[in-house]
Amino acid sequence: MAEQLRSQTAGPQLAGRIVIYSLLILVALYYLMPLFVMLTTSLKSLDDIRSGNLLSLPKSVTLEPWFKAWGEACTGVFCGGLKGNFMNSVMFVLPAVIISTLIGAMNGYVLTMWRFRGSDVLFTMLLLGCFIPFQVVLLPMAQTLGYLGIANSVAGLIFVHVVYGLAFTTLFFRNFYVTVPGELAKAARIDGAGFFTIFWRIILPLSPPIIVVCVIWQFTQIWNDFLFGVVFSSGQRQPITVALNNLVNTSTGVKEYNVDMAAAIIAGLPTLLVYVVAGKYFLRGLTAGAIKG
Amino acid sequence: MGALSIKQVMKRYGAVEVLKGIDIEVDDGEFLILVGPSGCGKSTLLNIIAGLDTATAGEIWIGGRMVNQLSPKDRDIAMVFQSYALYPTMTVRENISFGLQMRKVPKHEQDEIVARVAKILQMDHLLDRKPNQLSGGQRQRVAMGRAIARDPALFLFDEPLSNLDAKLRVEMRHEIKQLHDRLKATIVYVTHDQIEAMTLGTLIAVMKDGEIRQFGRPQEIYNSPADLFVAGFIGSPSMNFIRAPVVRQASSVGVQLTSAAGTFHLPMVHLADQLAPWVGKELIFGIRPEQITDTVVSRHVNGFAHQRSVPIEMVEPTGPDTLVIMQLNGTRVVSRVRPEQAPSPGSTMDFVFDVSKAVFFDPQTEKRAA
Repeated sequence: MAEQLRSQTAGPQLAGRIVIYSLLILVALYYLMPLFVMLTTSLKSLDDIRSGNLLSLPKSVTLEPWFKAWGEACTGVFCGGLKGNFMNSVMFVLPAVIISTLIGAMNGYVLTMWRFRGSDVLFTMLLLGCFIPFQVVLLPMAQTLGYLGIANSVAGLIFVHVVYGLAFTTLFFRNFYVTVPGELAKAARIDGAGFFTIFWRIILPLSPPIIVVCVIWQFTQIWNDFLFGVVFSSGQRQPITVALNNLVNTSTGVKEYNVDMAAAIIAGLPTLLVYVVAGKYFLRGLTAGAIKG
Repeated sequence: MGALSIKQVMKRYGAVEVLKGIDIEVDDGEFLILVGPSGCGKSTLLNIIAGLDTATAGEIWIGGRMVNQLSPKDRDIAMVFQSYALYPTMTVRENISFGLQMRKVPKHEQDEIVARVAKILQMDHLLDRKPNQLSGGQRQRVAMGRAIARDPALFLFDEPLSNLDAKLRVEMRHEIKQLHDRLKATIVYVTHDQIEAMTLGTLIAVMKDGEIRQFGRPQEIYNSPADLFVAGFIGSPSMNFIRAPVVRQASSVGVQLTSAAGTFHLPMVHLADQLAPWVGKELIFGIRPEQITDTVVSRHVNGFAHQRSVPIEMVEPTGPDTLVIMQLNGTRVVSRVRPEQAPSPGSTMDFVFDVSKAVFFDPQTEKRAA
């Protein structure tokens, strides 16, 4: 009887597996195709590109386009490659991510553990910030940066991204902290801990899953941002996304696809790295609220 | 000055009065239970005592000090929460010593205290575990350990057993009671469970709608409830309330009860004076299930016990006792008899009504009439 049952179910199950896996493989190939094209093209010489087609493998592998993209390629009249802009991006992305995450954590902590009259209204207003398109804030932000005297500076870009990111980071942390029992903070108050001690010793140690989510989100958003970068910085201070655009648009006769591709990969590498390193925490963090400690 | 005095404490949220002037005076070593249905304000009162919430008016005194303006940490209290509120990222040891650390107790003293507390609660082997590696009962014990380590003037318990299963709840109840005996601590304990209230408390405040309905010793509240609510809330199965006309018969005053088999009279010799003004009117006659029983176990004493024959409607065995249900004056009345004396439904049984502890309530005001 049991034998019979097994043979009855094994057939359809196997067929189902095959369908599922072939679909998954197909989709994976589809998504990996651009990366494949970019990688192979970036390793080809210009002759190679002209003689072969988009999908062909390089006849001889050359790292020349990578070195060129990094150190020599011209963006406009400046020919120093992307390395300067890459460092620019690192210089403002890291502080912007760290600051916006920390403030978001603090906001979430206050909005859940130290509720005050109007805290829910405040949270709703903060939430609206998530729906404001970049373009809307450009002019007022430019004016504000001018008043603050940090227009066209790294500090200015950090400020813009922190302000714009706060709505999201606050949302993340607030929604994470509502799942933490409020009695924890009460117990700590009776134990004699103050506002900041409770935050540092009790609440923040609970937060790694949501910190990872927040950091990935903010890092991706800020690193990939083009609009704020192109508006609020210029020349040598521009972030890598803007520089990449300029590099691709700057042509001196021949279009160097291999250099363009290498540059594009360089620009995308840090976000890729963040996902690879922290990806599994990302999923864990997104579902953290659903799991009871 | 006692360990805790609460003077005219009121709490309002906008127009809603959550606490309407609470007065409580508790001496050292008492185990005070705040009991009542949900929404009666008992947890709010506890939070106000702890300093986690503020009173709209009134004063809180702990150990002879007015603490209204003091923050929770300066009130010399420790609190055990319903969710235990153990710090999830810390080990049991760190959980217990966190409060000591905050109060800058020297490290070697901290170690001594942790060791002593662990010994009291028999949890030496748990000290290096994290809360999520503990069972519900163990978490509860750690939460108590954290409170004991503090050595406070006043322990506050906020429904500490309601997250445990029935068996564990009974065990922990014993442990809390033992702890109280051993530490000679003053405890304020919030619960909605009247059995916890009766078994643990040395003093009970029965609350409803932001007021204290009755404040006294458990047995006093059980035997002599101040009003209909208290009488019905304390005791399980709860007291029978029978609307009954008060009549004078021969030399005594009593109530008239009617079953399907006919009408009978229960004389209340000891209450004759109190009941006299009610003759000819109706009162609510309150009698507990264990005061209506079979003829075998009853003691025919002092003329308070009266044997009457009543048809029975339903039988509910509980194990030690069987609840036999009858209809009197159109009300379901529960009696408690020995299992072997329980008859089958539909038959008629001889019951003994012990009226020595009978109580009477005014149907209008629901206050005690006799």
